Amino acid sequence: MMINWKVIIEIAKTHLITKMKSTTTAALGVTFGIGAYITLVSFMTGLNQMLDDLILNQTPHIHLFNEIEPSDKQPVDLYTDFEDAINLVHSIKPKQSQRKIHNALPILQYLRSEEAVKGAAPQLRAQIFYLSGSIELGGNLVGVDILEETRLSNIGDYIVEGTPEDLNTTDNGILLGIGLAQKMSLSVGDRVQISTVGGDIFPLKIVGFYQSGIADIDNIQSFANLKTVQRILGEAQNYITDINVKLHDIKGATAMAQQLERQFEVKAVDINEANAQFETGSNIRNLITYAVSVTLLIVAGFGIYNILNMLIYEKMKDIAILKATGFSGTDVQLIFMSQAVIIGLIGGILGLVIGFGLSRLIDNVAFETEALPTITTYPINYNPWYYVIGISFALLSTFIAGYLPSNKAKKIDPVRIIRGT
Amino acid sequence: MNIVLKAENINKHFRKPVLFHVLKDISFEVKRGEFASIMGKSGSGKSTLLYILSTMDTDYEGKLFLNDELVTGKTRQELSRIRNEHIGFVFQFHYLLSEFSVIENVMLPAKKLAKKSHALIEQDAMQKLEMLNIGHLAKKRASRISGGEKQRVAIARALINDPAILMGDEPTGNLDSYNSENVFQIFKRLKEEQGLSLLVVTHDHDFALRTDRIIEMEDGKIIKQ
Repeated sequence: MMINWKVIIEIAKTHLITKMKSTTTAALGVTFGIGAYITLVSFMTGLNQMLDDLILNQTPHIHLFNEIEPSDKQPVDLYTDFEDAINLVHSIKPKQSQRKIHNALPILQYLRSEEAVKGAAPQLRAQIFYLSGSIELGGNLVGVDILEETRLSNIGDYIVEGTPEDLNTTDNGILLGIGLAQKMSLSVGDRVQISTVGGDIFPLKIVGFYQSGIADIDNIQSFANLKTVQRILGEAQNYITDINVKLHDIKGATAMAQQLERQFEVKAVDINEANAQFETGSNIRNLITYAVSVTLLIVAGFGIYNILNMLIYEKMKDIAILKATGFSGTDVQLIFMSQAVIIGLIGGILGLVIGFGLSRLIDNVAFETEALPTITTYPINYNPWYYVIGISFALLSTFIAGYLPSNKAKKIDPVRIIRGT
Repeated sequence: MNIVLKAENINKHFRKPVLFHVLKDISFEVKRGEFASIMGKSGSGKSTLLYILSTMDTDYEGKLFLNDELVTGKTRQELSRIRNEHIGFVFQFHYLLSEFSVIENVMLPAKKLAKKSHALIEQDAMQKLEMLNIGHLAKKRASRISGGEKQRVAIARALINDPAILMGDEPTGNLDSYNSENVFQIFKRLKEEQGLSLLVVTHDHDFALRTDRIIEMEDGKIIKQ
């Protein structure tokens, strides 16, 4: 039998309009739940994303370097006479090897020709001293290909004065850590003297400041052009200590790191290995967000259940009369289900709007912290999927909350109501 | 097809609070255009019988025919459809949907049937209201009119789908003598002018005496018809 939706919706609408107060209360319950869900999830995932970006953009997907470590096989292990003996070697020293990556330039060339690789940036890390009068401050100077670094990471965001191009075009330029600049009272355009571990002194021109937000780094680390650092150390153009690789797809990092390690006999650390604990934090935050939202929606669902239940008791006579005049049990059930779904739809859409409004509000609240120089307001993630999930959840919860009372209405025996027994 | 409604050996038991045989072997018919009344003391089972005849109560033994079609044993969905299309019902207490206007109340069963366009249904409803002299109330809320008016609206609603039979459960039981007389005259007019069949359960002796036929019940049995 065909269901006559027009009449059903008309009756549902009339019930809702004449019971405006209950309708509004029920809808507001949904609005509150969905609004809170949207706000929470947007804010939480916004924060997660910001923290992810903070770590992920600063960390290469694969980091290649030469580990200083003892040999796996000590000489005695190679000696066949002691094969069956238990060999104890005391005071094992690291293996004598150079810090530079062997065959760095061919490796770079190979990496850049790989399709999965977005880019590979060479680095040369050097221990130096910053000189300020008679004071020597220990620190690092990292030689980089600054344009490639800017393309592959968000290092540009952390250059608080000057630009990457300034460094690229200034042969003896240095991007000084902001902590160092403050300690030595230096500003852009000044010169700073550095000395190598060997004692050679070089003057460098400050082209900008670097602020990672992590004081321990900003107090010791500066950047210069790769060639400049190679010249300071008196090394050749193939002297490279680290290669940072960025892939198109982060998921391939682990497999590729293992392959590179075997192929080139270097240490290759992938991002998943380096930041294993990070994912855990994100997951737990998401879990909390969803737990809170679901709780709110369940509370809203009980509100709808209660109000519909009351409505059905109030409308017993109406239900009996509808059944007597030819409306079937299913028709009656659909009338009350429609009411629940209309409440869910209106409350849900209103919730999305309020959630969006609150997100905008949070998005515009100032949030300035030294740790994050590029962030000026609280982060919000406007993923449209959250809005789809929100409205689906509103409809689903009101559907379930409406089903039980409406099923009762379906089963009401009109004869008993009309005869008053 | 001269018989509109036919009951064959209808028996009914109440199971609660104790097993009780309410209707005992009821058999009778209502002819087309006949105005019949069922009389009896309270507890004689007359209302119980009427609700079985109305198809709302399906818990009985025996057979029930409407327009020569066996109704017994059909699904609730089908019975709803039959009630909607072929049976008009008037109760003792008006039983209008108080949140709807008078004309909306009258139109609802026709909208459910959905055989006519909205405009046509509205026209029909207006015509029924005019016929019962309450056309001026059409736009009023059902809760804002008097008891006599409500009963007339209920009659208009019962007639909207041009049913085969109109059933009434003490339709004048709650009305004063003026309004009772009014309702009786309406029923009579419907029978005479439109050939409608009517079956009315009543306490009112004067009312029953003026109908075509009285079916008298006592202790769940028809004692005279």
